[in-house]
Amino acid sequence: MTGQVRHLYAHLPFCAHRCGYCDFVTVVGRDGWHGRYVDALLEELDLERGWLADPVETVFLGGGTPTLTDGSELRRLLGALPTADEVTVEANPETVTPTLARMLREAGVTRVSLGAQSFQPELLAVLERRATPDAVRRAFYDLRDASFDNISLDLLHGIPGQSATALEADIDEALALAPEHVSYYELEAKRGTRFAHVHGAELVRQAEAMEGYFELVVERLNAAGYRWYETANFCLSSDRAGGRDLRARHNLGYWRGRDYLGLGIGAVSTLGDRRRRNTPRLNAYVTALARGEAPDRELEALDVRTRDEERLMLGLRLDTGLPLAEAERSVDPNALGRVERLGLATLRADVDGQPTLVLTPRGRRLGGAVTVELLA
Amino acid sequence: MDQERIRNFSIIAHIDHGKSTLADRILELTNTVTGREMRAQVLDSMELERERGITIKAQAVRVTWKGHELNLIDTPGHVDFTYEVSRALQACEGAVLVVDAAQGIEAQTVANAYLAIENDLELLPVANKIDLPQADADGAARELAGLVGDTPDHVLRVSAKTGDGVGAVLDAIVERIPPPIGDPQAPARALVFDSSYDQYRGVVAFVRVVDGEFRARENVLAMAQGTRFETEEVGFFSPTMKAADTLGAGEVGYIVTGLKDVAKLRVGDTLTTQGWPASEPLPGYKDVKPMVFAALFPTDSDEYPQLRDALERLRLNDASLSYEPETSQALGFGFRCGFLGLLHMEIVRERLEREFDLDLLVTAPTVAYNVTTPAGDVIEVHNPADMPPERERVEEPYVRASIVVPKAGVGAVMELCNDRRGRFDHMEYPSPERVLLVYELPLAEIVFDFYDQLKSRTSGYAGFDYDFAGFREGELVRLDVLVGGEPVDALSLVVHRDEAYSRGRALVDRLREEIPRQMFDVAVQAAIGSRIVARETIKAKRKDVLAKCYGGDITRKRKLLERQKAGKRRMKQVGAVEVPQEAFLAVLNLDDGKK
Repeated sequence: MTGQVRHLYAHLPFCAHRCGYCDFVTVVGRDGWHGRYVDALLEELDLERGWLADPVETVFLGGGTPTLTDGSELRRLLGALPTADEVTVEANPETVTPTLARMLREAGVTRVSLGAQSFQPELLAVLERRATPDAVRRAFYDLRDASFDNISLDLLHGIPGQSATALEADIDEALALAPEHVSYYELEAKRGTRFAHVHGAELVRQAEAMEGYFELVVERLNAAGYRWYETANFCLSSDRAGGRDLRARHNLGYWRGRDYLGLGIGAVSTLGDRRRRNTPRLNAYVTALARGEAPDRELEALDVRTRDEERLMLGLRLDTGLPLAEAERSVDPNALGRVERLGLATLRADVDGQPTLVLTPRGRRLGGAVTVELLA
Repeated sequence: MDQERIRNFSIIAHIDHGKSTLADRILELTNTVTGREMRAQVLDSMELERERGITIKAQAVRVTWKGHELNLIDTPGHVDFTYEVSRALQACEGAVLVVDAAQGIEAQTVANAYLAIENDLELLPVANKIDLPQADADGAARELAGLVGDTPDHVLRVSAKTGDGVGAVLDAIVERIPPPIGDPQAPARALVFDSSYDQYRGVVAFVRVVDGEFRARENVLAMAQGTRFETEEVGFFSPTMKAADTLGAGEVGYIVTGLKDVAKLRVGDTLTTQGWPASEPLPGYKDVKPMVFAALFPTDSDEYPQLRDALERLRLNDASLSYEPETSQALGFGFRCGFLGLLHMEIVRERLEREFDLDLLVTAPTVAYNVTTPAGDVIEVHNPADMPPERERVEEPYVRASIVVPKAGVGAVMELCNDRRGRFDHMEYPSPERVLLVYELPLAEIVFDFYDQLKSRTSGYAGFDYDFAGFREGELVRLDVLVGGEPVDALSLVVHRDEAYSRGRALVDRLREEIPRQMFDVAVQAAIGSRIVARETIKAKRKDVLAKCYGGDITRKRKLLERQKAGKRRMKQVGAVEVPQEAFLAVLNLDDGKK
């Protein structure tokens, strides 16, 4: 039996330390569990294989810190996962060695997303990151030396204490490495986290100064030849990359509303009109799969309207815009006129002549507010 | 009853000087109520009256004392109800003027005494609370004597609380207050000095019969309004309703009218019989007009029908409350209500919130303006937003304010009155320590936090009362607030030209703080016509994005946006600008913020 799902995600939760701002499902310690966990992942893959198309288009190993996983276990996992055009692994700089980089390359990984966050030692300390700026650069070169030709750098703006000068310095450092892809996120201090508790006041104080950071990031990366193809994502434009489309294909799948299968603790799958989320509890997950049973899952029914709302929310993040036909039920036609008049969006025909809603640069910087405005 | 044996009187006093306690003691001493029936302050029947210690509705109770029929007519103690007070006083031949011996005379004592003197009443000055250690009965007697033009030894000294001296008061009522002098043989005439509404029996009129007599099942005419009805019952309160065969000349009692609308029978009207009508009504009827206006909006717009029903029901027993529907683009559907004064407004608001469980948004109170248009027409404006842009002249209501203040506070009070466009009238010294200042002030200044200012500048020692002194021309302008170029109707004000800048500045500053940043720049302006007197800009947001959104958190991010959308829906729309209701609340409470 062959399914339709072309995007496969696997979650590798192990971390050496939980960073204060992180809100992903992670597991610290439990070094002895790597083998059992990979067993469980592969068991879940077996159970769910029927959903997957053959071949799948993309595979993404996220975390946690996937590259912290015991090397032989990681290799075993990569070998057992289906092959795909794009296979991405998230890596933390301090875990990258020439050996690891070669192993990943040999195991079929095509793309590495390197969690740099910043090049400023004091800001890395605020983030509780363990890598030094030198380690970030060394990791990048190790990957290049292993002939990776699609490396993404993850960076943050809006870090407590980050001055505009420091932000510019980070951008300079990143550009000097000439990555194919950059993800630039605004730091979110989630309410109730230890991080928000420690740095909340500082962030409030800096809020006004930091308002322009996003704009600065977009300007600088655009000027350096990067395409701002998604709210927080940039790739070297194809004319500077020998015609290659360097957008993250796996993530494009999310933003275009495709179905995906997620494996591992806390992993989410969207399969037609339902979404499900695996238990975030390592023990429960491993135990269930050791018995050959599916793990506990939270289920969410997705009606047509909800899917349309998500199409709107996700589609507007892309520079290519949202084909209106895909989100008809969620768009308020009056609001459409309003955001157009405010110069936040334009309606144009795509290559097939279909009406497509594209945000202007200012509209994209206000993308959240525009989405809320448009929601019917 | 022979008129020679009837005495009709009121008790008038400053708030908390013991009027109700004295009334209670009189009821006890005359065996009108037994000790078992005695509830403290039986006359104040409404819950609100009890809590606020004020009497809203006048009532009349008949007691007997040494072969005489004494009718105690209770009057509302507040200036908002001056007309009702004056009608109640018109029903009497005398008044007991009560002063707390520990406090001395107060502004309200003065105003009430003047009102009684204007109505030709025999005044019986009483120094109350002589049981208190800090009481100065001699001092109070001197002040009272000075006020009513009597000698201090004529002032009665009592403790309504202990009952000491109350018998002497009753004796003095019989001895010093003259009996009524109507004509029992003439066509019947009775003054309606108050009314209440009973849901089963309709309007119950409180009347003072002047000539002739009234009985049940008789066709009656209200002469000023032309309302006709058949009396269902006549009687008196003692202290509960007791039916009687007749109400004769000089007597005080009630008439059950069966009318289903209090507006059909107004206070001050004269009743006569249709069979043998009087040719002339009793003097003094006037249609009382509301002086203070404010719009009431339900905080939750779904509660509009409940608000409408509640106002209808309040109107049933409060003929002086007026209202008409008002639509505000900012605040939705509500009502512009007319009140006799600020206290009346507070009472109505509290009753709506308490008895009808409504959550209300009340606009800043404003007054009635008489506006002469360029065409020469005179129109009455109750809503600043209705003030026509072109006008020849604008007149605003003035009051004559009596302020009693310790000597040390005179400077502060004068300064406040001058700030508030007051005109000094005169000054009196009722006692060596205290000064009575009489000023004429625009009512609009009174409704804008005057009382709170007065209290705060005199450490709470100043007492204040006022009555209406007519309309005067003023240099008044309409101040509009514009958000994103759109006027916000509910925030328009009529202010004196000299205050326009500071009031506009305060409004604009507050709104800038309260309105969240939008996707575009928003100008917040205060304007007189096309002239902008204050302006602030709420800068557009520069970013508003969900930082990251991947497969694992689509649901959470979608819910976040849905919550934001729900929040947006609760916003009020002014043109393209979304304004949270709290912003209007904050601005409407600007006065509170200054206190």
